[in-house]
Amino acid sequence: MTDATLDIPAAPSTRKAGRTLYVAAVTLLIAWVLVPLYFLLVNTLSSPETVNSFPKPFVPEFDLGSLRFFAGFQGMLSALGNSILVAVLTMTISIAIGAPAGYALSRFDFRSKELFRLLILLTRAFPLPLLALPLAVLFIRTGLDDTAIGLALVHTTLAIPFAVLITFSLFSGIPIELEEAAWTLGCTRFTAFTKVVLPLILPGITASAIFAFVISWNEVFAAAVLTIENRTLPAFLLQTLAESPMHLKFAGGFILVVPALIFIFAVRKYLFAMWGIANR
Amino acid sequence: MDARLLPYLLILPVTLFLGVFFIYPFVLVAQQAFTIGAGFTLENFREVTSYWKFSISLKNTFLLALAVVPVQLALSLLMATMVNRMGKGRDLVLYVWTIPLGISDLAAGIIWLAIFEQSGFLNSMMTGLGVTDQPVNFLSYQNPVTVFVAIMLAEIWRATAIMLVIIVAGIGLIPKEYYEAAEVFGASPWKRFVKITLPLLRPSLQTALILRVVLAFEVFAVVVALGGTLFPVLMGEIYTYQFDLQNGGNAAALALIVLGISLVFTLVILRALRVPKGATI
Repeated sequence: MTDATLDIPAAPSTRKAGRTLYVAAVTLLIAWVLVPLYFLLVNTLSSPETVNSFPKPFVPEFDLGSLRFFAGFQGMLSALGNSILVAVLTMTISIAIGAPAGYALSRFDFRSKELFRLLILLTRAFPLPLLALPLAVLFIRTGLDDTAIGLALVHTTLAIPFAVLITFSLFSGIPIELEEAAWTLGCTRFTAFTKVVLPLILPGITASAIFAFVISWNEVFAAAVLTIENRTLPAFLLQTLAESPMHLKFAGGFILVVPALIFIFAVRKYLFAMWGIANR
Repeated sequence: MDARLLPYLLILPVTLFLGVFFIYPFVLVAQQAFTIGAGFTLENFREVTSYWKFSISLKNTFLLALAVVPVQLALSLLMATMVNRMGKGRDLVLYVWTIPLGISDLAAGIIWLAIFEQSGFLNSMMTGLGVTDQPVNFLSYQNPVTVFVAIMLAEIWRATAIMLVIIVAGIGLIPKEYYEAAEVFGASPWKRFVKITLPLLRPSLQTALILRVVLAFEVFAVVVALGGTLFPVLMGEIYTYQFDLQNGGNAAALALIVLGISLVFTLVILRALRVPKGATI
């Protein structure tokens, strides 16, 4: 921001005041996001006694008691394992079936293309977790009830519109001329895809896969409806919320948040490009 | 292979998948809601809507959406315009502001619980500053207003990021020339915002609002984490019907009501913010 010095010297004080206000507002909004997270961190890294005491210290005492209690809590670690399993399955399925559709949308003009786009967009306008209710009955009949794959299938409906629209925008960013050049050099449609397009698109695909992972990792309602013994972490936490002690809640919340922090950091470059074209 | 068939082959898996896991369950919900035993009935809807908690949870859900969504819209527009004129540090600021995007509603509820619970940070701060001499129980039935405020803050904290991302992406698509031309003619920053940014941002605002409003009617885990049963909302009632009362018909009927409300709002937003034909950037 060097243009401030080049500006007309008529009203330097109002300009300076405006600038101060601007910086203050940005700082305040950064604090608004970070301070609650910091409080969660303080609670997680304190001993159970401190978490339940009053008044609270505002700095963590770096005691792993709460986290150890979390790890030792009956069923918690297996819930964590289930969460990871379901999220990985969701990620795999949604990219495996979503990416081809995204490619088709970006490369071909075909009849019923608009209809297909409408179907994808429509799924975003529905409270999808509600659809877990009838599926619960259906899954009992087919033996998919209380399984990781059953829940992953429901989470995939949540992730699929994003997977299709994001890969669509990613493929659209790669000029078709590159593929055409590969065809003239003796590649088939398939080898042109694997040798030319895929290497270019891989980081973007990874980003949208991570997005699918986070969607599944965070989902509570369908997970609580569809699993009983094999609860995922959010469902398990929700179920025990009423009776579990504070330090367990905070440690659990912390474990839920950590992957989110890493993942958003990993996909930050793609976040806006993904939404830019997906809006249209 | 026939090249004309290829696109259909590529969209086939998703279409089949959505047929089985999106359209079919939707039909099943409707079926379950409208039948008891064998015949067609509206009994489920009658039961659900006449239950005393229905009007409370409906009112609560609407009130929360009404309190949260406009604030989020204003806040995300403000943040987006602030980021837009930022040079150095833009990426870092944007990363921090989008962190809540990855945080689940349950985790957000727990985070704000750390602040509002009786031995939490707000109470610690207030006694530390000498405002109160003993901790206040903010999240009890005696303090319905603070319960509401806590839920509201948690929702605003968590879900503004998704609107921010969509709006920042939308602003990025607006050609810089428009702003330069407006500046040449002496338009103030506010005028530029109202006359250029807002109208051209319409498709993004549409997406952002639809997504946010639908999610606002789905609010569930934040409420459970902070309010427990003190603040009944529609999704929570569905959960109660399904589990505690084991009444699938009633749960389905209430689910259809939530679906209906979401759909109505989607159509209203689509209509209110429609983009005139041919008026794309």
